[in-house]
Amino acid sequence: MAMRWLLAAIAAFGLTGGISTAFGQTSAEDASVTLQGAGATFPAPLYRKWIDVYTGMNPNVAIDYQAVGSGEGTKRFLANSVDFGASDSAMSDEQISQAKAGAKLIPATAGIVVLAYNLPDVKGTLKLSREVYADIFLGKIRVWNDPRIQALNPELKLPRQTIALVARLDSSGTTYATTNHLSAINPEWKTGPGIGKVIDWPGNAMMATGNEGVAARIKRSWGSIGYVEYGFAKRLGLPMVYLENRAGRFVEPAPESGQAAIAANVDLIPGNLRVFLPDPEGEGSYPIVTFTWLLLHERYEDSRKGAAVKRFVDWALTEGQGYSAEMGYIPLPDAVATFARAAVNAIQ
Amino acid sequence: MVSHLFDHIDRSGSVTAPPSGGDYAFDRGFRGIAWMSAAIILALVAYIIIEIGGKALPAMTQYGFGFLTSTTWNVQESQFGILPEIWGTLYSSLLALLLGGIFGVVIAIFLTQDFLPARLAVVFRTIIELLAAIPSVVFGLWGIYVLIPLLRPVADWLNGELDFIPFFSTSLSGPGLAPAALVLAIMILPTIAAISVDALRQIPYKVKEAAYGMGTTRWEAILKVMLPTAGSGILAALVLGFGRALGETMALAMLIGNSNQISASLFAPANTLAALLASSFPEAGEVEVQALMYAALALLAITLIVNVVGLAVMKFATRKFEAER
Repeated sequence: MAMRWLLAAIAAFGLTGGISTAFGQTSAEDASVTLQGAGATFPAPLYRKWIDVYTGMNPNVAIDYQAVGSGEGTKRFLANSVDFGASDSAMSDEQISQAKAGAKLIPATAGIVVLAYNLPDVKGTLKLSREVYADIFLGKIRVWNDPRIQALNPELKLPRQTIALVARLDSSGTTYATTNHLSAINPEWKTGPGIGKVIDWPGNAMMATGNEGVAARIKRSWGSIGYVEYGFAKRLGLPMVYLENRAGRFVEPAPESGQAAIAANVDLIPGNLRVFLPDPEGEGSYPIVTFTWLLLHERYEDSRKGAAVKRFVDWALTEGQGYSAEMGYIPLPDAVATFARAAVNAIQ
Repeated sequence: MVSHLFDHIDRSGSVTAPPSGGDYAFDRGFRGIAWMSAAIILALVAYIIIEIGGKALPAMTQYGFGFLTSTTWNVQESQFGILPEIWGTLYSSLLALLLGGIFGVVIAIFLTQDFLPARLAVVFRTIIELLAAIPSVVFGLWGIYVLIPLLRPVADWLNGELDFIPFFSTSLSGPGLAPAALVLAIMILPTIAAISVDALRQIPYKVKEAAYGMGTTRWEAILKVMLPTAGSGILAALVLGFGRALGETMALAMLIGNSNQISASLFAPANTLAALLASSFPEAGEVEVQALMYAALALLAITLIVNVVGLAVMKFATRKFEAER
């Protein structure tokens, strides 16, 4: 119910904003526009940075981005209550066909999902093989000093502590990317929990809301492990697991290894820009990597809003990409950025 | 008519007077307001139940009683069950009642049975009642930042040495049943203590003097005379405290760990009905809202059952210990 009120309030706010811009201003040049966006928490820190810099340079544009999770963002986008949505799981063909004003999926940036953990007494890097981390998330390995974990990390003294899983409660693209990967590497996961933005996790998982919620829960809970976007773990100083990739190498979670994963698979990216890399190839590729998309309408009723959205997204795809790396995200490969800019240009 | 009832009485030289028309009007008005207030309360409860029930109806027809015994909460496949939450609610509340009940009654005895000078007892009582004024979210934060770190070494030791006992079979990672139950116990302590104090105060001092006169020691007087005499009041305190523990939301949502499992371990994360409602509602779609409404109804039913059973036990206790008063 609270969400409905919020939606109503946002809609009302958007409406009054539209009215005041329609009647209050005459010149299109200095008309102030307010853009409402909502969606994924995964890229939210980067989007906030973009908005900060962009609105600093263009004071007549105000942009409000609410990090409510990919599922809710897609819902609001389809309900036309926001000017742009954001999602790490793109949109399905069925969802696209529901969009009244059309939908364009614009890849905005890419990033890696890390397994962050909290073992205060364990110093050094923790390595997990594909079978082991899948079994941890399946709830089959329940203590940290399990022989299979110990065998992979002979130099670490692992405690006899229960593994506390932390997973996302809300509908999330981060969950989608993670489960997409787990399904690709583990047949039992594929037939069991499967792929989705919401998953029926094994019972021992603690549920938290948003990437920041999961990261904070891991930070407070000893013996916990969970999946979050790289930057969230980095900001809280959480240690991250070195995961085994398709080539059998244990890879350090960092923007570089994510970039390697995307660079090695760039020719897989199709024309509609909707690509998932559930298990990227390449020696140095980090295994859980995902693009994240901005959801734009194909036609904007308010042409001033449409123009503002186009200008902002075009800026994000060019100059904005320069901020990706420093925030822990992966800049789009040039080919993808060019494709994306062309798609933005086609918006009316 | 009623107002002429006293007209034939000769009142000359008397200071008494019959009720005036104003008195009658006031009486009638007051009675009307009292009836109305009572009716509004009943109507409000009925309205809430009907409203929740109406919203829960689709889920009730679809899931039936299986909802109460299933352990899945899968939004994607629209499968819902709340057995882990029912378990967590009852487990945490019973633990809280055990701890809070013992401490609350002991405090009540300490404050009323001449252990303290009367003035000091008043000060202590006020301090305990102040606990009730602390907001739930503050208790939650206190639990996260103070209680859990304090609890960790104890839990680690218990888990290390006694892990063959199911209660200690997992290690405490942070949020979990034990910190949640402890905070709950503190939250219901003022309710239990304050009402028990009142119940013990109501016993005439003569009763105690009589007990002493028959040669009882102080503890015999307290345990065998005072406590049974105040029994129904103390039971009422426990029932109220239990009711509050069942419905407590914010502190539990912060401390219990939102984990959909049934575990006997005190240190495992769990979930309660109220915490489930609070954490899942903001994001819930239509189908999930119906399931959540069903869960809310289940919570209402549990609270109702607890109160009815409590009343029955209280009646029994009154008859057994207090005879006719």
